[in-house]
Amino acid sequence: MTATQEAPGLTKNIDVRPINKPKKPLPFPLSLYQTAVGKKWVMALTGIGIMGFVFAHMIGNLKMYLGAEEYNTYAESLRELLHPIMPKHVVLWVMRFGMIGMFAFHIHSAYTLTLMNRRSKPQRYSRQDYVAANYASRTMRVSGILLAAFLLMHLANLTWGKVLTGKGFVEGEVYANVIHSLEQPLVAALYIVGQLALASHLFHGAWSIFQSLGINNPRYNGLRKGFAYGFTALVCGLNLTFPVAVLAGIVKL
Amino acid sequence: MRVTLKIWRQAGPSAAGSFSTYSVDDVKDEMSFLEVLDVLNERLTEAGEEPVAFDSDCREGICGTCGLMINGQAHGPQRGTATCQLHMRTFKDGDEITVEPWKVASFPIMRDLIVNRAPLDAIVEAGGFISADTGGAPDANLIPIPKPVADAAMDAAACIGCGACVAACPNGAGQLFTSAKLAHLNLLPQGQAQRWDRTERMVETMELFFGSCTNHGECQEACPKEISIDFIALMNRDYVRSKVKNRKLIGQSFP
Repeated sequence: MTATQEAPGLTKNIDVRPINKPKKPLPFPLSLYQTAVGKKWVMALTGIGIMGFVFAHMIGNLKMYLGAEEYNTYAESLRELLHPIMPKHVVLWVMRFGMIGMFAFHIHSAYTLTLMNRRSKPQRYSRQDYVAANYASRTMRVSGILLAAFLLMHLANLTWGKVLTGKGFVEGEVYANVIHSLEQPLVAALYIVGQLALASHLFHGAWSIFQSLGINNPRYNGLRKGFAYGFTALVCGLNLTFPVAVLAGIVKL
Repeated sequence: MRVTLKIWRQAGPSAAGSFSTYSVDDVKDEMSFLEVLDVLNERLTEAGEEPVAFDSDCREGICGTCGLMINGQAHGPQRGTATCQLHMRTFKDGDEITVEPWKVASFPIMRDLIVNRAPLDAIVEAGGFISADTGGAPDANLIPIPKPVADAAMDAAACIGCGACVAACPNGAGQLFTSAKLAHLNLLPQGQAQRWDRTERMVETMELFFGSCTNHGECQEACPKEISIDFIALMNRDYVRSKVKNRKLIGQSFP
């Protein structure tokens, strides 16, 4: 090994050049986001936020089974959250900006950590037999990208009403819009694929949160995976019933 | 028993490497994997060829010098043992065994199967010690330490620094090594004085060299000392606490 220039804090015995540059520390809370461990905290915390949203979204959509009137009233009420206290739409937009922020941090930290991992592992083995890593954990990036694409499709489809709307999109007619979209088998299939990507992402992510935040106690560690599997089954299982119910004609106009 | 070894050969750090295939006859069940390499090397030397360079020292699983990627698993298919403790009874007659060095950017290959693991030393040099004055040697058991705490610290201290965790990690992350080195000091009373300083320095030195953890859990499967990823969780918690605590300490000191 040729002796390379010394990184700050490394003694002369260390004859391997660091692959990551030492960063000039920013003021305290920001300095955490400069480190990989801190970024994993951000990924975990934003993950919890997004999981909360996904759960509430699923609960809200269950109203579909109560009929058009209940469902439309629920959807409209989201625009008027805390209405008499706050002006209409304000709370909704605060939540939307919160979601956009959480997605931005989640995706940005995943992106930069992936680059760091690629630098550390430029060469694969000619053969590697994984023992613990499962399909979900090894495809987090793939399922993440699929989810981002699904999210954009879902927004363009049922929030903006621009694509794949079927017989037509009418703002406020949420129940009819959902049925017009999902009664097209191809669109229903896209939603099903999106939910499977979500399931795969949650299967590893919802457990991983505990580890990243250091929530670990050998006595309760079994519950961490149990929570992840239960949460995944509950959210994705019930979400999957929506396209199936529309296709099967259980939910109809 | 007869095995075919597909071994990574590389003449030097900057040379291009490739696989060479060797066949070794009369391998006995009770031979360790390194002994098979010894037999092969003797034959290669007799035939006037360059022997396969590999690292080894104690050959009883306590020094952490040996370490090979055998058939796609760090230290081979057997759990909780180093390469030197892997016996040929694990394999069958006629097996083809792929042998590679650790492949991580920060473990440059020196020659054949030998890698430079200096970055692990860098992490320990950053804080894996106690330099606070502790006075004369105290009587045994003078400091009360709960048994589960002492046991956990001992489990972490079992790390022999072989680098299998980094080698097995799909991200090339050094989390299991660093967290073990941290935990065996951070859990004990003697380690408290420098706990937050140590955690911050060691984690940040680790991040100069290695990737980041995605909680696959491959490292604990590869570890010859079966160190648990529970220690990684402890490190993740301690690191963020250290950032808060060390910030307070700045206000308390007079530079």
